Parts: sequence; C-alpha cells; structure tokens
Amino acid sequence: MTKVSMTVNGQPVSGEVEGRTLLSTFLRDTLGLTGTHVGCDTGQCGACTIHVDGASVKSCNMLALEAEGAQVATIEGMSNADGSLGRIQQAFQDHHGLQCGFCTPGMVMAAAALLAEIPKPSEAEIRRYLSGNLCRCTGYHNIVKAILAASGQDVGAEYAA
Amino acid sequence: MPADGGIGAPNKRREDVRFLTGKGRYTDDINVSGQAYVWFLRSNVAHGRINSVDTAAAQAMPGVIRVFTGADFEAVGGIPCGWQVTDRHGEPMQEPAHPVLAQGKVRHVGDPIAAVVAETVEQARDAAEAIEADIDELPAVVDMKAALEPGAPKVHDDLTGNLCYDWGFVEENREAVAKAFDAAAHVTTLELKNNRLIANAMEPRVAIGEYNSATGDHTLYTTSQNPHVIRLLMGAFVLGIPEHKLRVVAPDVGGGFGSKIFHYAEEAFCTFAAKEVNRPVKWTATRSEAFITDAHGRDHVTKIELALDADNNFTALRTETYANMGAYLSTFAPSVPTWLHGTLMAGNYRTPLIYVNVKAVFTNTVPVDAYRGAGRPEATFQLERVIDKAARELGVDPIALRRQNFITEFPYATPVAVEYDTGDYVATMDKLEEIADLAGFEARRAESAANGKLRGLGVNCYIEACGIAPSHLVGQLGARAGLYESATVRVNATGGLVVMTGSHSHGQGHETAFPQVVAEMIGIDPNMVEIVHGDTANTPMGMGTYGSRSLAVGGSAIVRATEKIINKAKKIAAHLMEASEGDIELRDGQFSVAGTDKSVAWGDVTLAAYVPHNYPLEEIEPGLEETAFYDPNNFTFPAGAYACEVEVDPDTGKVTIERFAAADDFGNIVNPMIVDGQVHGGLGQGIGQALLEQAVYDEDGQLITGSYMDYAMPRADDVPSYVVDHSCATPCTHNPLGVKGCGEAGAIGSPPAVVNAVVDALQRAGKDVTHIDMPLSPSRVWQAMNP
Ligand code: FES
Ligand code: FES
Repeated sequence: MTKVSMTVNGQPVSGEVEGRTLLSTFLRDTLGLTGTHVGCDTGQCGACTIHVDGASVKSCNMLALEAEGAQVATIEGMSNADGSLGRIQQAFQDHHGLQCGFCTPGMVMAAAALLAEIPKPSEAEIRRYLSGNLCRCTGYHNIVKAILAASGQDVGAEYAA
Repeated sequence: MPADGGIGAPNKRREDVRFLTGKGRYTDDINVSGQAYVWFLRSNVAHGRINSVDTAAAQAMPGVIRVFTGADFEAVGGIPCGWQVTDRHGEPMQEPAHPVLAQGKVRHVGDPIAAVVAETVEQARDAAEAIEADIDELPAVVDMKAALEPGAPKVHDDLTGNLCYDWGFVEENREAVAKAFDAAAHVTTLELKNNRLIANAMEPRVAIGEYNSATGDHTLYTTSQNPHVIRLLMGAFVLGIPEHKLRVVAPDVGGGFGSKIFHYAEEAFCTFAAKEVNRPVKWTATRSEAFITDAHGRDHVTKIELALDADNNFTALRTETYANMGAYLSTFAPSVPTWLHGTLMAGNYRTPLIYVNVKAVFTNTVPVDAYRGAGRPEATFQLERVIDKAARELGVDPIALRRQNFITEFPYATPVAVEYDTGDYVATMDKLEEIADLAGFEARRAESAANGKLRGLGVNCYIEACGIAPSHLVGQLGARAGLYESATVRVNATGGLVVMTGSHSHGQGHETAFPQVVAEMIGIDPNMVEIVHGDTANTPMGMGTYGSRSLAVGGSAIVRATEKIINKAKKIAAHLMEASEGDIELRDGQFSVAGTDKSVAWGDVTLAAYVPHNYPLEEIEPGLEETAFYDPNNFTFPAGAYACEVEVDPDTGKVTIERFAAADDFGNIVNPMIVDGQVHGGLGQGIGQALLEQAVYDEDGQLITGSYMDYAMPRADDVPSYVVDHSCATPCTHNPLGVKGCGEAGAIGSPPAVVNAVVDALQRAGKDVTHIDMPLSPSRVWQAMNP
C-alpha cells in the first residue's frame, strides 16, 4: 500500500492505495464520493468522467497514484456555494436531461469541460463531444438540449410551466 | 396546461436534484459494515461437462473466507421460471433445472462454476483464478435451426431435444388461415431476423446479501425493477425463506429496460452465502460480466406471409418464428415470444385470420428474456416490414395501404384474443404526416440527391399491449404470478402524504409524476406528497415496473387508495361541520358543505383524524391510511405512427438518420415532459437496434461482442433530435386515469421505420433490395446495393 494525496473539490485528501487501485475506486471507496459512477471496465462509457487539473478524464482509466498532487473535481463539487444546482446541473433538470441518473454525473462533467473549451457549441459539436459518454435512457435528445441551454443558447421553452 | 402542478403539468423532476449532485443511492453505493466480496469463476466454454472443481489452492489464498461450488447448492432450489407455456398439442413446455452454481455441466459462456468470498474484491478475484475446474468441452449449439436437427448436441441431457415448446396461436385457426392463403389474390412473404440485443442499462447489476444471526432476518439489496417479485421467487422457490424473514431493497436503480426484472443467480448466491459465512456479501458486476450474464433480448428468426384480396384488403396473416431461449429459462422468457408477441400480430389492421407459430429453442447462449418492448417489437417489426414489402410489390403507396386496412371501430376484438378498447389510427397518421412534414420529403430528397446521397422515407404504425395485466387472464395463459399493483396512502396529522407504491422507478420519474395524481385529486400542492418505493419492508406487495405498467396499473392503485382516503376524510369533515356526508364537497384542499359557506381545510380534517377529540369514533376509526390493490380488467393499447428519413451514402453504405418523428396515442398524460423523455429514450434504443446493435456468437458459442468495443451502443452522434407528439389522445376506457403507458413505444415503433426508410432509399435509386437484416451496418447496406 502506498500513500496518495490530492485535492478533491478544493479539499486536501489522502489515503492508502494499492498500485492497481483505480482513481474511480479511490474516489468511491476510500473517499466515499459515490457520485462518480462506474459503468464499464473498458474505459468507454464515460460514467466515471471527472476533471483532473482542469481536463476531462475517465477516472477508471487512471490509477489513483497517477493523481498524486492533482486538483480533482467531481460531481459533488459542481453545485453553487449555497448548495443550489450549478448552471449545467440546473439546465439538466429544466430540460429533463436525465432519467435514471446513472450516466448523469459523467455527462455533467463532460458538459462542463466542453463549455470551458467551446462556450457556445453547436448541436453537432455537442453530439461529437459526448460520443465518449453513453446514456441508455434519454436517447440524448434532452441532454443535448440541456447543454445548449446551459451555454445560453435558445432552445425554446417547451417545458416552462 | 394546469398551473397547479397536477395532472398534465410538466413538473420538473424532484429526483433529479440528488442525481445531479452525486447524492443518488445506487446499490453499489451501499456498503454494509463487515461486508465481504464475492467473485464468480465463470465458464469460458459454451458447453462442457464438469469433471471436478478443485478449490483447495483458492481456499488457502490470503483473505479467502470460503469457496463455494455447485455442490453447496444441492439442498436448495434452482432459479425458477415464472411463466409456463402450453404447446400446440396441449403439453407443457420443457423446463430445465437452473442451479445457482453449475452442477454437472456448464451451458453458456458466463455460467458460474464457483464463487470465492474474500475480505476484498481483489483477493476474491485472485483466488478465483486459482480454482482448478476440470471441464471437458462439448460441442455447442448456437444456431436455433441447427439445435433442432436430429442428433444435435443437447443443452440439457434430461430433456427431449432442444425444443422448449412449439406454440400455435390461434391453433384452431390454422386450417382457416391456410384456406385464406389459397384464396388470396396476392401473397407477400418475408424472411427476417430480429437481432439479438443486450439491454445494457448503464448501471451494472449489484447484489448485497446480509444476514442477522440474532433475528434470523435476511436482507438483499439488489438492482431490481421489482423487489417483491424477487423476494417471492427467491424466498419461496430457491432458498426457502418466508417473506417475513426476507427483505429486498432496490434503491436507486440505474436503468433496467427489462434486464433487471428477472431473478438472477447472483442474488440468491449473496443471500445464501451471507448466512453461510455470517458476513454481508457484496457482488458488483463488471461490464464484461454483464455482457455474459444479463438476460439478452429479441433473437427471433421469422417467416411472415401476408395474404391480400384483389382490392388490397388484408385477408390473412401467417408467421413461423424461432425464438432463442438461451441455455436456461429466464424468469419470464417463455411469455415473450408467445403472449407478448402473438397477441399483437393484428397490429393496427383488420386482418380477420391470423396464425402464429413459435418454436422456442434452447442453445448454448446466455438466457434471453424481455427487453424494452418484449415481443411487441418483434411483432411490429415483421408486420410493418411485410406490409411495406406488399405495398411495393403491388405498386401502391405504403401509407395508403395501411390506412385502407386500419381498424376504425372500437372496441375491436382481434383474431388473436385481445380486445382493443380504444384508439384512432387515422388521427395519429394524420398527425404524423403533419409533424414529419411528409409533404416536404420530395424537396429534401432532391437536395440529398444534389449532395450525392440517397434519401429514403420509412413510415409505419405500431400497437402495443401495456399495463400488464388482468391476473385471471395471465393466470390462464401460464403466468405463475398475479399482475395487480398496490398502493398505500398514509396521510400524516399535519396534512402531508406518503404514498407507498409496489411499482419501482429506475428512471421513469415516479417520485414526480405520482404526486401529481394525488395532488390533483385532493387539490393540494404536489410537494405535500412523498413517494416511497423499492423496499419490501415499507411498501405493500407489488409486482413492480415493466411493460409500461407503472401509471396504468400502479397509478390506478394510487387513485383507488386516494379515493378511500377522500371518502373517509369526507366523513370526518361532515362531522366537524355537523353536515351530512352526502353534502360534502372537496375542492382545492377545502371541504365545504354544498349550498352553504361552511368549510374546513384539508389540514383540519387530517389533524382531527389523529387527534380525535371531536370525531365520530362510534362510526369510524381514527387515523387516515388506506391501501388498494388494483387489478386491471384489460391491457391498455397505446398506438401510433412513426416516420424516419435516412440518407444512405452510396459509396460506403453508411446510413444517417436525418429526421425522425413520432405521433403517439398514450391516452391521458400526467407529465408531458416525462412522456417525451420516455419516447426519446425508446427511439434511441430502437434506432440502436436498427443501425448498430447486435450480440454476436461464434459457432463455438463465444460471445464476440462482449464489450463496448464490439457491441455498438448508440452514441450521441449516432442519433438525431426527435419530433414527438402525443396530442392524439383516446383515453383508456377501463382505468381511472385513462392512461395507456408510454415506456416502450419508441423501442417498438422505430426499428421498422428505419429499415423501411433504407429500403425505400435503395429502391428509389433503382436497387433491387427488398430487405436487409438489422443492424443496417455500412457493410450490409453496401453489400445489398452491390450484390
Ligand atoms: S467506467 Fe470509466 S469509462 Fe466506463
Ligand atoms: S439517464 Fe440513465 S443512463 Fe443516462
């Protein structure tokens, strides 16, 4: 076992891990941050997407030890300081961009990385960017819409009560 | 649109807040103190005889608590099948044993041979690799027709061959149908495959067994769509644990699509082992394991024939289908190709004579069972494809041919034993033509052609039978369960309500939609209503969620229980206002006496129920809590019309979906936002089936598509944005909400639209292509174009 230290959602954390321990396992099992989900074992579903030093990464594709000293952000750190939903989270709720919620943390993290890179993406850019994140529930329609809305683009007000 | 958040309002989902902040509680997020972990050693051959399983080395590895093999399960039951089909000759289907861990033989890749329980998952996995299983590989059967050849290897030595059943429906019509074919002016024949799929809910299955040796109580946490069904099946048939000693919890569940209906061996293993080792035992499937253990879906091979008279009226329909059961009978497998498929063969059309033959076959593959739509997509696909082919052979417009044969009068008794209570297929087709802008197709086609692309249009209808189902009927059909749903409505002293439902939400938004129903009935804010589901300890016995039944059956139970609450509350209100019960009206959460200005608030009445100082104690009991079980008296029949426009690249055969429109009749709508989402999701899966997905076995029974590298899941850039509409509503006539169910429509209606569109594109380009089997991969389409 080796000690690993990093900053997660602004908090310094550390723990003992095996060389083979994945970053996703460290987050879930050692830190109890179970918002990061594991949907596959081949690095292809994106449910485990987080940010490491500002970049979008699949935390099942990285060893915990590789994140030594890194700045890590997970879904648990995406809300506003007062606990209310952040901009992207709120757009997902407003536009029904989630159903079972299992892909959702990864989708939100991927969307945040996309909007940091391209502040006003087109629908095609969103779809291309999300091709590493699988959702089995939504048919992607409302996820795309939520991200368009979160970027401040007009998607109509279909569900405004 | 109601402003009060009741029925019809697109209320935002309250469950979203926990899912969006990482605070969902899925089964793998649960860790029970002192838990150990299990790793299964699984067969890597499709068929083999087990000579011995030597666990000594594994047992001696670090952290190992105990190694289990099939021998440990000889004293308990096997995994049961919940539906018995009777064959054409009145004989019961062949029903093989299904041990929790393999005994004697392994029958598919993934069949569990042994299981290691250890302190950590890594230790369990390492030790499983040290187990020496001496297995003689036997020849495998993978192809269904080959499996029925004389002398084919037998999946189960103690059965007569590999035929599970040979089912005829309606058997008495067989001769009359044959005569109608002899008399037909035109017969269209089509042979097709309904590709084998894997549900791939994004959350892999998880089970945690826990045993309290002080009380003798068992708890199972599991990724299930129906915790009560698991409790009954596992308790009564496998482990012999009475329900009052067994609690099954299905917390937040990350999608199911059918695959989490069934009782799986891992659930029984964890429950059994927890007592044996006196430690909680946790299993989390890897995705690789999910591919070879979750029940697969579809996998039908069909020949369908449609007979028409000289005026193009449908006169008879005949099908012969081979349906893959896999190596064992999964919980509801026998019902899928029979009662969920044959009864839908009339579709939206007046076809007076129908005969359906289904041969269910055992093969050395993973068991096959219900997947979103379950039988109804298979029925719809073959019917809507053969109608399209008939239209092309006859040189008539495919939409006109459909319209000509629509059922237009309701109720309508089909020749396949069901009665459609209501519908309006002309209205949904009219709506489709509008929302899909079919009038603009030619212009779009010309534009595609200018870009060197072949554009095609595919249109089809669908009908499904939802809200499964009347218990007395399914009992006659072989179900070993009732199919009612339950609800307990508990009103608290200060007026808030808790609804405990037997249905289960794994993405459908029950926590948001169900309160809308109660709020509407009482006239209160839906935020005063909380939904509890997924735990047998605090919900009444219920049958769970599948077959688009939650609102139609579960919602109806909530209506019935709430009616009982209102009736009792009116008695209390009458007493408080010294009026007669018959004069009490409830509106906007206020009870009033008709024709007077007297009123008491909802909260006054609920408080009186629990603080019964001024209360009619001689007439009614204190408290305000009621339970209802609702057993529907018919299926519901959602129906609709779908249109797909594709572009085919003539150089590569690549198909892209350019437009997709869906016009559905779901009856009344409680939350239109959630309904749209259900349709979108179904369309995504249906388009996935049509273009991308297929579980492929090689001839030795190895699953070639065992990961996301080989099994092509639809991704965001594979699918379009959809145009959906559910304004053509003919309310269901026999449930109190007038709802029909919307969960499966998209997956049922979309595959034929896509295939019809691709065939249309190729035929318009002068290619002699009448059918391509799904998935329509570029290579298949290219080969069809370039024979
Ligand atoms: S769990 Fe990381 S990509 Fe699937
Ligand atoms: S919301 Fe269920 S997988 Fe995306």
